[in-house]
Amino acid sequence: MNQRPQAYSSRRKRRILDRSFVIVCVAAASMSIVALTVLIGAILYQGMGHLDWAFLTGSPSRSAEKAGMLPAMVGSIYACVICASVAIPLGIGTAILLEEYRPKNRWLAKAHQFIQLNITNLAGVPSVVYGILGLTAFVSFFGVSSSVNEPAWEFGVSHYDEFFDMTGDYVSVPLSKRSSPTVELREGLQGYWGPQREMVTLKPVEDPARWKQVKQQFDEAIAALTVQPDAPGYEQAHAAAARPFAGYVRASAQPIRTSEKAHWYVCIPFGRGVLAGGMTLMLVVLPIIIISSQESLRAVPNSLRHGTLALGCTRWQMVWKMTLPSAIPGIMTGSILAMSRAIGEAAPILIIAGIVYITFTPEHLMDDFTAMPLQIFDWAGRPQTAFHHVAASGIIVLLAVLLSFNALAVIIRQKTQKPLG
Amino acid sequence: MPMTQSEDIVRNKVSSAHVAPPALQVEFEDSDEAAGQAPPTALKLQKFNSWYGNYHALHDIDMDIPEKRVTAYIGPSGCGKSTLLRWINRMNDLIPSARATGMLHLHGLDLLDRDYDVVDLRRRVGMVFQKPNPFPKSIYDNVAFGPRLHMRLSRSDLDQIVERSLRRSSLWDEVKDRLKDSALGLSGGQQQRLCIARAIAAEPEVLLMDEPCSALDPKSTAAIEELMDELRNDYTIVIVTHNMQQAARASDYCAFLFQGDLIEFGDTKQVFTNPRNEQTENYITGRFG
Ligand SMILES: Nc1ncnc2c1ncn2[C@@H]1O[C@H](COP(=O)(O)OP(=O)(O)OP(=O)(O)O)[C@@H](O)[C@H]1O
Ligand SMILES: [Mg+2]
Repeated sequence: MNQRPQAYSSRRKRRILDRSFVIVCVAAASMSIVALTVLIGAILYQGMGHLDWAFLTGSPSRSAEKAGMLPAMVGSIYACVICASVAIPLGIGTAILLEEYRPKNRWLAKAHQFIQLNITNLAGVPSVVYGILGLTAFVSFFGVSSSVNEPAWEFGVSHYDEFFDMTGDYVSVPLSKRSSPTVELREGLQGYWGPQREMVTLKPVEDPARWKQVKQQFDEAIAALTVQPDAPGYEQAHAAAARPFAGYVRASAQPIRTSEKAHWYVCIPFGRGVLAGGMTLMLVVLPIIIISSQESLRAVPNSLRHGTLALGCTRWQMVWKMTLPSAIPGIMTGSILAMSRAIGEAAPILIIAGIVYITFTPEHLMDDFTAMPLQIFDWAGRPQTAFHHVAASGIIVLLAVLLSFNALAVIIRQKTQKPLG
Repeated sequence: MPMTQSEDIVRNKVSSAHVAPPALQVEFEDSDEAAGQAPPTALKLQKFNSWYGNYHALHDIDMDIPEKRVTAYIGPSGCGKSTLLRWINRMNDLIPSARATGMLHLHGLDLLDRDYDVVDLRRRVGMVFQKPNPFPKSIYDNVAFGPRLHMRLSRSDLDQIVERSLRRSSLWDEVKDRLKDSALGLSGGQQQRLCIARAIAAEPEVLLMDEPCSALDPKSTAAIEELMDELRNDYTIVIVTHNMQQAARASDYCAFLFQGDLIEFGDTKQVFTNPRNEQTENYITGRFG
């Protein structure tokens, strides 16, 4: 049995085999191209009809014709900006630690390896799992407060009790200032005034003495209202009754608790807001950014590191002046690709935000939001076919955003592709 | 010539790629030392040992490297020349398994002291690598890198330092019109001279060069040798070379290392014309290594 096998000895056979292998390869390659073309064609066919300016600037609506995508687009952008501004510095920092600060000490080196192993594993964790993690970590902060709607700590918000006053309009009293004459009025609170019952703008009574008077007269008053000096008849009333008095708010009035949140409103736990969504996306892309940054750093030749160190650089100076600048194009490319992944993620955001009918763009970091993939998911799941076309339009927008991200990454890579010494 | 058995083994082990060069034709000038004045010592090594893990790379090296002279390390590949050189500016710190014992002093300063600031040491001891490693920056920024790191300088002072360093490394005339161009556009020899300019711009006391000419053509090599000749008045230079003629021409002192041992160290003229050790003689005449 030591004879040479004869199977492929014929040239013809060999050539046929060679050819057929090429054909198989071409077929395999064309399969993916055909699939992509069919997909894009179908989506364009379905979605182009609905895609117009009104769709881009409109809000979701109960009728398919009026449905727009603006809140989802803005929500996605917010979440992505939050994600990028946390994930990129954190990712680069971690990559620098792992690549440039390899410890000499044996145990530290073990810890180092352990971190590296974990990050490599984290990159393969399905994003739904990160959604659950985000839910515990960011939405409820491991349950620091009993309800997500009642934050344990918050900043940038004023709570009001709103009372309907005798004029029929209402007045807001800050919780801390109950039964004090100084109340905060809704801007331009209107009331009837004077014998002619004219409509005038009201303001709080600020003079403590005057408030005392009112309080004595109307025991259940928690706030007194007066008119602006420019109100008609103010002069006469002032002369007659020392100070004009328009009305008061009764303590027995049923308050309606409202809160006014500033643009910088923050609270802990984050709740189901855009910050929690962005942070969860951060968890998803962080391992990707770390690994791609590590690869870029590793591509910087060691001779440059040694050159800088030999000139008397500290390690930090070496990183800051040499390694990082050399690696930054690769890091940017990796980060942009990671961001395009974040924009396309539906599962974690679904867990954080849920499907909510949102017709506004988020006003602060804790505000409810929706994102493009989620909105598409919502539309596509509705029974009416008209909404399926809306979903296709949404997919076109999402694909356009993703493709432009990828194009940007390619451009950066090509512009900065230069040899490193 | 009687040949001991161990040398015989060495001869067979080491490839004979090196054809014996023609007898060294180098004119030795009479140095000051010949007049009996020993120059002051810059680097003092005593019982210096070095390991990579369990591998004992250098054994009991005793050596006084004189100040403001060119000292050459020669020896076959793998004998520990680079290791010895890299301890002088502690570049071996970058190799986790490397450690050293014994004494290594620079002007009385213990370089092996764990608490000694290597950053400060590397400021005082510049290094030129075997492979030119210009930074991916402009020519100007390459040379200005060290000064900018260590000093606050006005623009004109910096310009001056850059020009002086480039002149000293005889690169100025070639690059004076393209200082803002990338250093990566220079030829290999120019790049190496740029690296030398970069090292001397930081004003070190000692300049270490690990086979600086191994990637260069004869003309660039000559330029660098000329440069060393010029720099020897101001710097203590330690150079590793595989080129015997270069060692003979350019150095004042010469150390021959073999398998981690310092076989011979002395005046270059003496080492080349009248080696005390047989192995040295065999090596420099190209009989092995
Ligand atoms: N990083 C390292 N880890 C382990 N061993 C090393 C390391 N660097 C060098 N060695 C070993 O130490 C010995 C001396 O190496 P060194 O680089 O100093 O030789 P060299 O004389 O410079 O040789 P060459 O002329 O080829 O550059 C060699 O046997 C080498 O294998
Ligand atoms: Mg070497």
